[in-house]
Amino acid sequence: MPSIAKPVAKHPSLQRNKLDLTIRDYEGAMSTLCAGCGHDSITAAIVKALWKMSIEPHRIAKLSGIGCSSKTPTYFVNGAHGFNSAHGRMPSIAAGASAANRDLVYIGVSGDGDSLSIGLGQLCHAIRRNVKMVYVIENNGVYGLTKGQFSASTDIGSTSKKGDPNRMPPIDPVTMALSIGATFVARSFSGDKDQLVPVLEAAVAHRGFALIDVISPCVTFNDHKGSTKSYLASRQSMVRPIETDFVPPAEEILAQIGTNGVTSVTMHDGSVLRFTAVPKDYDPTDRGKVSAYLRERAAAGEVVTGLLYVDESQPDMHEMSQTVATPLVNVPYSKLCPGSGALSKLLDQFR
Amino acid sequence: MHQLLRDRVNDFAFKLANVNGTGSASANGLIMQAIFRMGIPVSGKNLFPSNIQGLPTWYEIRVNREGHTARALEYDLMVAMNAQTYARDVKEVRSGGFLLYDSSWPLDSHLIRDDVNYVGVPLARMCGEHFQDSRERILMKNIAYAGSLVALLDIDMHLIEQLLEGKFSAKPSLRESNHKSVMIGYEYAKKHFDCPLPFHLAKMDGNQGKILIDGNTATALGAVYAGATVAAWYPITPATSVMDAFTRFCAKYRRDKETGANNYCIIQAEDELAAIGMVIGASWNGARAFTSTSGPGVSLMNELLGLAYYAEIPAVLVDVQRVGPSTGMPTRTQQGDLMECAYASHGDTKHILLIPADPAECFDFAVKSFDLAEKFQTPVIMLSDLDIGMNDWVVDKMAWDDSYVPDRGRVLTAEQLEQMPKYFRYSPEDENHVAARTLPGVHQKGAFFIRGSGHNKLGGYTEIPDEYQEVIDRLARKHKASAKFVPAPVIERREGAGFGVITTGGCDRAVREAMQLLANRGINANYMRIRGFPFDDPVVDFIEEHPFCFVVEQNRDAQLKSLLLLETPVAKNKLRSICVYGGFPLSANSVVDRILSQVEAK
Repeated sequence: MPSIAKPVAKHPSLQRNKLDLTIRDYEGAMSTLCAGCGHDSITAAIVKALWKMSIEPHRIAKLSGIGCSSKTPTYFVNGAHGFNSAHGRMPSIAAGASAANRDLVYIGVSGDGDSLSIGLGQLCHAIRRNVKMVYVIENNGVYGLTKGQFSASTDIGSTSKKGDPNRMPPIDPVTMALSIGATFVARSFSGDKDQLVPVLEAAVAHRGFALIDVISPCVTFNDHKGSTKSYLASRQSMVRPIETDFVPPAEEILAQIGTNGVTSVTMHDGSVLRFTAVPKDYDPTDRGKVSAYLRERAAAGEVVTGLLYVDESQPDMHEMSQTVATPLVNVPYSKLCPGSGALSKLLDQFR
Repeated sequence: MHQLLRDRVNDFAFKLANVNGTGSASANGLIMQAIFRMGIPVSGKNLFPSNIQGLPTWYEIRVNREGHTARALEYDLMVAMNAQTYARDVKEVRSGGFLLYDSSWPLDSHLIRDDVNYVGVPLARMCGEHFQDSRERILMKNIAYAGSLVALLDIDMHLIEQLLEGKFSAKPSLRESNHKSVMIGYEYAKKHFDCPLPFHLAKMDGNQGKILIDGNTATALGAVYAGATVAAWYPITPATSVMDAFTRFCAKYRRDKETGANNYCIIQAEDELAAIGMVIGASWNGARAFTSTSGPGVSLMNELLGLAYYAEIPAVLVDVQRVGPSTGMPTRTQQGDLMECAYASHGDTKHILLIPADPAECFDFAVKSFDLAEKFQTPVIMLSDLDIGMNDWVVDKMAWDDSYVPDRGRVLTAEQLEQMPKYFRYSPEDENHVAARTLPGVHQKGAFFIRGSGHNKLGGYTEIPDEYQEVIDRLARKHKASAKFVPAPVIERREGAGFGVITTGGCDRAVREAMQLLANRGINANYMRIRGFPFDDPVVDFIEEHPFCFVVEQNRDAQLKSLLLLETPVAKNKLRSICVYGGFPLSANSVVDRILSQVEAK
């Protein structure tokens, strides 16, 4: 996240995770984004979540497309393998990468241009395929790198910096994802690290594709009066009715859930999502109710944030394909090649 | 009787005109396979429409004891089973030839040619009498004409029975009805006509060690043997059957018998953009991954092929070419993607191409594609075509060398990385200008941020001209170095050759037959079949040693010739084009006529 160069020296008092690494070990190169960009705050949350979860840096694969958001994987976890791919194509690269090695932790970072216009198809199909990955949309409602065009998430009536209003309806990644069977849907705000960190942890623990739409204001092209995704407008429209704690598998505090939590969901890896607050009658595992609630709040002008929906019962891409548990890249060639005898026997049928 | 037709054994061609979706493919396949088993060199070309049911479809079978099995243009016998196309089918019969038709209804008088012999078999009427179900009546009508052909051409009836036995071993009732229809057609022909016809078949020993296989099946087998574990694709004619076969073979050879777990992952992508993206993602992670597609798919894949080229990620793409441009003619064959594949994507890009001529080479080159993609860390495109991919070809039975070890190229292990002070992605380079890559998840020291944006030789982002050029220039040298590793051209020389003939891919058999026909007239030429791109020295040397060379290819714009002129120093006036690109497989006569029009017989 650092937007100014910092020495790499580790302060002895920095807290260490289970791998004996400090949070500095999860940082990346210096950000080249504009000062105050929401994306840098998201990067900081990603750094913190991955550090907290004690994931070995080199077991992380960070992927992105093209755009301001897609630059950010450079700014976290230097020790991770990264892939800055092509505009809107990251979901397919991630799906292929996951197909080859199901054991890495895949963190995809995209934006509203990358995911909701040029890459909308790939995003939808990665959701349908339930590729096990975290997919963060850094949503600022504007094309930043090309200097201020409307994106597909720009609200009707929201104005450009020059003052022109957008007239086309926006694509909301959250309701879209819910409608096509997404198994983990969250929305957050770049300025709300307290909320974002546990949501990211839960996303990493999720069995399949975890979509996190993060409203992330663009200070340069979309932070003016008239924009619905400025810092001010975002803070005014956002509500946080859903509170979630992420409890890693090892921490046996399940007993507390019954008393403190409204409801809890056990994740595929044994960790627990503890919903400490939800609106009345809200069930984060009921797709229909979640969709209805979001529609109702949107009509009232509210942008609901939190871990909105989770379904741990659905198989991911590998489970659907019945792929072997060993990552395919580790299956020895001797197990892949049927050999000369089998070929001869097979070809004798071609007579 | 016409002289041409008198007592010709194992040297003729016949064509079957059908309606698609009526089961004619099984009848035609049965005949083709029986002829193959009689030991006679044979080829079958399916000329089918882009349609599921109801449109005209043709199947051509050529037998030739000398082994010439390119498409013939003259038909000794027409099996006219489609009333919609009677008129044009009647026209195509060689003068003095025969026409087999369904005589349940009389032929219109305008379909009667004086110089054609008509063989009427009341197929519909007989099948109507013997079978109750209406669908069965249609299907069995086709098997019944196969029965008549058994009698007319002297096909070995035991082989037919053997084939039906094998095909319907699990379905005795179907075997019974098929056998019954064969006998209906057979006995009618025996009773009413002089059997066999003057041109007919006789067992020979021409198919020892050979098999009958289509290129897409062979390609898929090659991918299995190469150790491909990830395949991503989008359905498209004529490439779909590559992935169908790969899926079938993987289920057979790659599924754990106890757990049912798959040692492979096949993804039907949402489009070709995603299919190649998946291949690149999987290859980046170290899997052998591939996609199969056709021209329209390659157009879409251009974008990410550039990424794989520039970021240096292996990728294997099988392009089963069909007729373009645009949707073109999806069920017709062409070699129209050469240029597109050689330079796919924007900016300065060049790819390695492998161009097989038949299914046996599809198998070998599929394996080779993975080796080269990983050795040179770049996309490799195998250019097959519809004729090779979807038609059954007689080829030498492929063999596998169990000592084969996949060439994974320069990939650093965790141990090697541990020993290194620091790892850089794009340097140092080896003698082939390839730098070592690392695989994600292997070691922290190997962690690297790969990108399609400008980068320097250390792998860092750059916008500095010299740093950018240093990398892009090495990529050009790397591509050039791969010329020594693509399959060498096949060169055949003749005594007294006055010029050269160059071709590629599926033109092979037709061009070689043409050269024999020309030699019979005293015109001798040397032959070169190009099997890979970039071109190596032998390609240039061959051209230079001749006053001129014909370049025979199946596209309008002489793409192979253009590629030769662009990528070698040969003079433009050295190369003359012969382009045949209507969409049907090439025949020797088209080549002979075009060469004769430019070269005087001695």
